[in-house]
Amino acid sequence: MKIRLKINGKDFAPHIYPSMILLDLLRDLGFKSVKRGCGTTNCGLCTIIMDNKSVLSCSVPAARADGKEIYTLEGFQDKAAEIAEFLADEGADQCGFCAPGFVMNVIALEKENPNPTEKEIDEYLVGNLCRCTGYMSQHRAMARYFAHKQKEA
Amino acid sequence: MKYVSKPVRKKDAFALLTGRPVYAEDIAGGDFLFVKVLKSPYANAIIEDIDITKAMEVRGIVKILTYKDVPQVRFTLAGQTYPEWSPYDRLILDRHVRFVGDAAAIVAGENERCVIQAMRRIKIKYKVLEPVLDFLEAKDNPVLVHPEDDWNPLVDAGGDNKRNLCAHGKDSSGDVNEVLSKCDYVVDETYHTQANQQTMMETFRTFTYFDAQNRLNVLSSTQVPFHVRRILSNALQIPKSRIKVIKPRIGGGYGAKQTAVCEVYPAIVTLITGRPAKIIYSRREAQITSSPRHEMQIRVRIGADKSGIIKAIDVYTISNTGAYGEHGPTTVGLSGHKSIPIYGKTEAFRFEYDVVYTNKMSSGAYRGYGATQGFFAVESAVDELAHKMGMDPVKLREMNIVKEGQIMPAYYGEPNTSCHLDKCIARAKEIIGYNENALRKDLGGGIVRGIGAAVAMQGSGISNVDMGSVTLKINDDGFYSMLIGATDMGTGCDTILAQIAAEVLMCPVENIAVFGVDTDASPYDSGSYASATTYVTGNAAVKTANALIEKIKTAGAKTLECHKEDCVFDGKSVTDKNTGKSVSLKDLANSNMASGFAIEATESFMSPVSPPPFMAGMAEIEIDTNTGKITPVNYAAVVDCGTVINTNLAKVQTEGGIAQGMGMALYENVHYGPDGQYYSKSFMQYKIPARTDVGNIHVEFDSSYEPSGPFGAKSIGEIVINTPSPAIANAVENAIGVRIRDLPITPEKVLKALWAKEKGIEVSSHES
Repeated sequence: MKIRLKINGKDFAPHIYPSMILLDLLRDLGFKSVKRGCGTTNCGLCTIIMDNKSVLSCSVPAARADGKEIYTLEGFQDKAAEIAEFLADEGADQCGFCAPGFVMNVIALEKENPNPTEKEIDEYLVGNLCRCTGYMSQHRAMARYFAHKQKEA
Repeated sequence: MKYVSKPVRKKDAFALLTGRPVYAEDIAGGDFLFVKVLKSPYANAIIEDIDITKAMEVRGIVKILTYKDVPQVRFTLAGQTYPEWSPYDRLILDRHVRFVGDAAAIVAGENERCVIQAMRRIKIKYKVLEPVLDFLEAKDNPVLVHPEDDWNPLVDAGGDNKRNLCAHGKDSSGDVNEVLSKCDYVVDETYHTQANQQTMMETFRTFTYFDAQNRLNVLSSTQVPFHVRRILSNALQIPKSRIKVIKPRIGGGYGAKQTAVCEVYPAIVTLITGRPAKIIYSRREAQITSSPRHEMQIRVRIGADKSGIIKAIDVYTISNTGAYGEHGPTTVGLSGHKSIPIYGKTEAFRFEYDVVYTNKMSSGAYRGYGATQGFFAVESAVDELAHKMGMDPVKLREMNIVKEGQIMPAYYGEPNTSCHLDKCIARAKEIIGYNENALRKDLGGGIVRGIGAAVAMQGSGISNVDMGSVTLKINDDGFYSMLIGATDMGTGCDTILAQIAAEVLMCPVENIAVFGVDTDASPYDSGSYASATTYVTGNAAVKTANALIEKIKTAGAKTLECHKEDCVFDGKSVTDKNTGKSVSLKDLANSNMASGFAIEATESFMSPVSPPPFMAGMAEIEIDTNTGKITPVNYAAVVDCGTVINTNLAKVQTEGGIAQGMGMALYENVHYGPDGQYYSKSFMQYKIPARTDVGNIHVEFDSSYEPSGPFGAKSIGEIVINTPSPAIANAVENAIGVRIRDLPITPEKVLKALWAKEKGIEVSSHES
């Protein structure tokens, strides 16, 4: 079957099979930043933004994306680079496999709450697992990022 | 130093953080067959018949392979230097399946859906055998995991497949029984550590295809590209010259990818069909057919005299290698050889081990590699000894730890050439606020806080085995290419090795482009494991950069028409110190393009010693005695890894290792049902720490200077996972007076122990 959706501002009309998962559709369409880590909505690697909400694309049937507006990290490259500055300065990238989902969720957090406390940052991002860093460096980087954004504002 | 001991950003940081397509699955485009492995539902069974006719009828199915289609020569999947200590005990597909999840058939089709459909239509008739599941009953059990006659150990590691023994060994110095009998205090306890999954975010995956020269190309998420080349050659029975292994960016390894978990399956499909093939493990597959930490039971006898001098340590380890022997004979060695020598005043030690086969998933390499298990046991026992003596546990350690300059008999007789462990302990105490009279704090309402400590060491590569090589060459305009065989799996070794070379070459890190790994192009490296890369390959980087400077001077002397001995290189130009005439590196590099003299160098390094890094870890935890739940609050980690090459990356390695260690200490466990079925198939059943679970991890370094290391460096990668389990177990006893000797320390075990304490009864500490 065929669906229509907007990805990163562009129109797409892909053919999908009924059981297709949105994560696989996005990767097939070339949006390789979307990663699969668990397939059971536990790790946050496949985080995308659908109709202004951060969702886990491993648990969304592709058919449900019909008529939706979707963003992947490919659509937020400037923002990603800005956030990356802070993460890179802490060495918080390590293997990087969880990074796209993490950065997507940071973008979602910033939209919802542009001035979060450190506790709110940790709680919002709790579903983004990382096995390399032990989270401290991500925590320091995000505290600095949001402090910096406040200074800019 | 200009580039070493600096928080240099990782060279690949922006590509990773902005989601660029750099991992295996992202870059392997094209017409790949999808490969999946049909798994045995039984823990021990013989395949009597396989019928694939119905499965072959599924549209899109191209090939189904069974035991009849694979070479009948045994090999190992362990990524180790040849001759591997792991016995050759596997076939790609075997009639005898030895654990739930063992490979029964390989299915290749045009897409994943048809492959899954076909797998359901394969009919297999199994003769189901009784399995050996309890590793404590495996040795000399009448049921044999490997009854076959072609079980093939290349190295005599004391194993005997007719006894379910993968390996057996013994090492000692002095008469441990005699010394223990004279000790005023002796602790004799048995500890149990569970199997853990590495759970790197990127699961196992491999892509295979023939290139224009008809050679098998293997794009794999691996820590050991050169070993994978040999493993595939052994498994497929084709010459190594027909295989090329390429490593892209890797989404984590922690030892899991030191075993060729998935490479053979697409490789044999490509070999037989000629078609490109790919395998991508789902999380479920990565949980049930992979290479987790070896489960161990460790008995420790440790004795001290009245004054608190630890006189003797006796360690006996039983290690569960599972169905196959990957890393079995070697991981076990570290459970004693790393944990015993950290105490420097012993007059005798003994270390003995048995590694047994069982019908569970094959174990493998996981960060710490047996040392983690050993330190849980010994560091728990040291606290128990201190409590018995009425002495502060940290003071007991301070009195007994190994000192710089000492020979370490239990550490292969190597000297302790660099050690700030005493300073690490002192600083960790300050950070955590250690006060021996206040290790317990009652917050009321059943909430109690406790503080516990542990020390640890590891190695820096495997002495006389691990080898690293680096090639450096100069290009137009004077920028350098650095070719390495070490595998950056997120650790940042591409950047760290460039920092080391930059320091020698006196150039910015950006001036060095790093390439790795491709087994055709990269110089040989045994791979990134055993905490080897910074120390072993780092030393190769120093050697190569110095060799390159000599070549630069030779070329400079030619241009300046002077003697090489009179040339000085300052990173930017070569100068004749007699005349003051100089030529810039840029001009030299460009003119050298038409000189018939290549400015490039390759050097290798192998070390006769493996200098240990040391660390102290202290945990402050909060226990809810109503529920048994333990929450980490603060963790102080002070590490002596010698000179810190990259201050950011070493810190993050430490924080990450501590967090993984907390998971091991508190909940991570590969669970099995009574018939050998798996219970930990997903992140729902196998919880790993989230960011709200780790408390505040405070990391500092107190660096000694290792004379044999690159700029004084030792290793960092593995040691950092060794302290959380014992430190947390010790904190539990300090807080609530119960000793948990069986990991993980779950709420159930805490409550059970509390009830038993109240009622004054003993509880068994081992439950699997």
